[in-house]
Amino acid sequence: MKKLIAILSLALLPLTGFASGGGPELESAGIDLTDDAAMQRGAKYFVNYCQGCHTLKYFRYERMQDFGLTLDQIKENLIFDKSKKVGDLMTNNMSQTAAAEWFGAAPPDLTLTARLKHGGGDWIYTYLKSFYIDKSRPFGVNNVVFPNVGMPHVLMDLQGVQEAVIETDEHGNKHVAELKLVKPGKLSPEEYDQVAKDLATFLTHVAEPMKLERQRIGIWVMLFLFVFFIVAFMLKKEYWKDVH
Amino acid sequence: MSLINWIDERFPLTKVWKEHLAEYYAPKNFNFWYFFGSLAMLVLVNQILTGIWLTMNYKPDANLAFGSVEYIMRDVNWGWLIRYLHSTGASAFFIVIYLHMFRGLIYGSYRKPRELLWIIGVIIYLAMMATAFFGYLLPWGQMSYWGAQVIVNLFSAIPVIGEDLSIWIRGDYVISDATLNRFFAFHYLLPFILAALVFIHIVALHKVGSNNPDGIEIKKGPKGNKWDPNAPADGIPFHPYYSVKDIVGVAGFLIIFLAIVFFLPEMGGYFLEAPNFEPANPLKTPEHIAPVWYFTPFYAILRAVPSFAGTQVWGVIAMFASILVMFFLPWLDKSPVKSIRYKGMISKIMIALFVIDFIVLGYLGMQPATPGRTLAAQIGTIYYFVFFLAMPIYTKIEKTKPVPERVTK
Amino acid sequence: MSSQGVDLKKRRMLITATAGVGAVGAGFALVPFISYWQPSARAKALGAPEEADISKLEMGALLRVKWRGKVCWIVRRSEETLKNLKENTAHLADPDSEVPQQPPYCKNYHRSIKPEYLVAVGICTHLGCSPTYRPEIGPADLGADWEGGFFCPCHGSKFDLAARVYKGVPAPTNLVVPPHKYLSDTRILIGEDDEGGAA
Repeated sequence: MKKLIAILSLALLPLTGFASGGGPELESAGIDLTDDAAMQRGAKYFVNYCQGCHTLKYFRYERMQDFGLTLDQIKENLIFDKSKKVGDLMTNNMSQTAAAEWFGAAPPDLTLTARLKHGGGDWIYTYLKSFYIDKSRPFGVNNVVFPNVGMPHVLMDLQGVQEAVIETDEHGNKHVAELKLVKPGKLSPEEYDQVAKDLATFLTHVAEPMKLERQRIGIWVMLFLFVFFIVAFMLKKEYWKDVH
Repeated sequence: MSLINWIDERFPLTKVWKEHLAEYYAPKNFNFWYFFGSLAMLVLVNQILTGIWLTMNYKPDANLAFGSVEYIMRDVNWGWLIRYLHSTGASAFFIVIYLHMFRGLIYGSYRKPRELLWIIGVIIYLAMMATAFFGYLLPWGQMSYWGAQVIVNLFSAIPVIGEDLSIWIRGDYVISDATLNRFFAFHYLLPFILAALVFIHIVALHKVGSNNPDGIEIKKGPKGNKWDPNAPADGIPFHPYYSVKDIVGVAGFLIIFLAIVFFLPEMGGYFLEAPNFEPANPLKTPEHIAPVWYFTPFYAILRAVPSFAGTQVWGVIAMFASILVMFFLPWLDKSPVKSIRYKGMISKIMIALFVIDFIVLGYLGMQPATPGRTLAAQIGTIYYFVFFLAMPIYTKIEKTKPVPERVTK
Repeated sequence: MSSQGVDLKKRRMLITATAGVGAVGAGFALVPFISYWQPSARAKALGAPEEADISKLEMGALLRVKWRGKVCWIVRRSEETLKNLKENTAHLADPDSEVPQQPPYCKNYHRSIKPEYLVAVGICTHLGCSPTYRPEIGPADLGADWEGGFFCPCHGSKFDLAARVYKGVPAPTNLVVPPHKYLSDTRILIGEDDEGGAA
């Protein structure tokens, strides 16, 4: 019996670590969901650079209070469409059908991107850093982690222009070995990395806004259950004195 | 007490209490594996309760379903907790049931006189699989959609009627709003049928009495214990002894279960699959479609069988056979003993290999098929059936150990 | 059952402890299920305070505003009406608004912040119909002593122009005055005030 359990637990081991596999390697953004300032900056970049095309249609502006903004700050700095209230969802005014015509596909809603993509926030971080010049694409850019992406590099102004160094491996397959900054943008590479990290942090929060609360409650639940377990165990022990 | 009397004259309350709890004598040597029956009931209650609550805000409509789940997760008070309890509960239900079935398998709990008890159990398992399958479509994510698409398409492999049958099941030419609506109806109905089946399962259990790790019939042993001179000597009253013990089991289970709910609700993509965070899109198939983990052993069997004679129906037959074969287990085991403790070496090895086989098949069912993996799945499938179909032989020829008169500690 | 060597006191104590801790756990477990029924973030967002522009509201006219799915009236009242509201109270059930159907700052004879403007929820306190606005004096159907007000067509409840209920009608209390405030002379925010009233 004991042997059987040992075999079972060994057999289950490979299931505990789940490697997504495939795709280019992601850079670690080191996302910290308690970093309110990063999320505030990320929210600002999002409404300025992303929201024109992308929505967060399950996320309400007022939820930004979770990372330290007041309703007035949200209203004044982050809601450009004055017909919107703080309780509204972060939608935009782009027509889905028109967008589909311009871009080939409507820009996806980004509320759940951090949960959809393997790597989550790290994927977003790497994605934002991985645009490079590719004249064959309609917007003149391509992306390493999202090949043949259908959007322009809206942060090129900040990051600058990157070119890809293409390598050919032994099988004759071409792949991007490295990205080189050929024309600097308004920001230094370190500053741009911070922008990408802020956006990734914000979108990670948006994907599961209740995550920190969930963990905080979870600790209390665990503590309570340990107490309950001990009491129940003592009760069982006391009764089972009768059984010989 | 007069209230109890009043009720007893109209309903056998005290009688039921005594027969099924206070004077239901269960073998005193239950071990760890005997927690999972009561835990399965706990999870069923959790699923029904959280499920009803989710229904209060869920919209079974192809245009609204995905959004309504996010609405529950974000806008409804505590909706995220109710939803995670339900999604984690689905996986927990299968874990608990697999362990419960494994217990029955190793201790021979399916043997005479418990054949019917086992059969009812397999029916419960089938009803559970159906419930889980219908439920998985409801979030209307990419995996929901394409998983249902693939599984429903299995039916189109049936010769002659297949194509019409799968259209009938879907109510459309692809998975659509009509499919979502009928799946929702069944997902809401089946748990109550499950609850009724569980009731029947317990009635049958209490008719024949519980088996135990030694596989000894305590009813046939000596009589008289400290509670009752006519009760089996190796029995103890279910209440209070097993009721207090099951409370400990519940506490231990909740620690693990709620740790997952609060700290790992996605369980690394096993309990909540990443592609399901994208709404169903009939125009775009995800790179890799895999059913949820609890179906993957059977999915691996399905894929392992190649199509020949111009039809792929054989895989479908193999998959259904792999479940239906469980019904015959009581008559496949010819061993003179019930419990693995007294069975021979061959049985022990066969069962250990079967567990590994089931897990390996489960793993293979999640992975994209490659020639190597397909070969592994074929070997696994063959072994799966060998385990059952060769059982009359190996349980008969092997040398068993003598079974003691009384239960052991 | 033999009970020799059994510490009954300890057992009772442990049963109480387990049941007690279990009951606390069950109590906590109930919270999410009960709280789940409260208005969601969406319901709250849709029920957010509503702004009304009263710059074009003429004397004696009524403006309808929807707040939390309910109809709210804004009525502009003349000096004459106000004088009548102050003096003519014998036929009212609660002329001094003793029943708290209004925020404290509206507990006065005109039941409003500025005497000129009445803000009230247009739902009858009897069974929830919406009364009709009848500003005219002494119409044929309401009798010669009608001095303008609201008449509920469902069960005949009557209210004056300060939304106060008449004596001897089915409605038990005055109509509700929602929390509100003036953002400017011409803009009223219904559903929120500066005293932290229900928002």
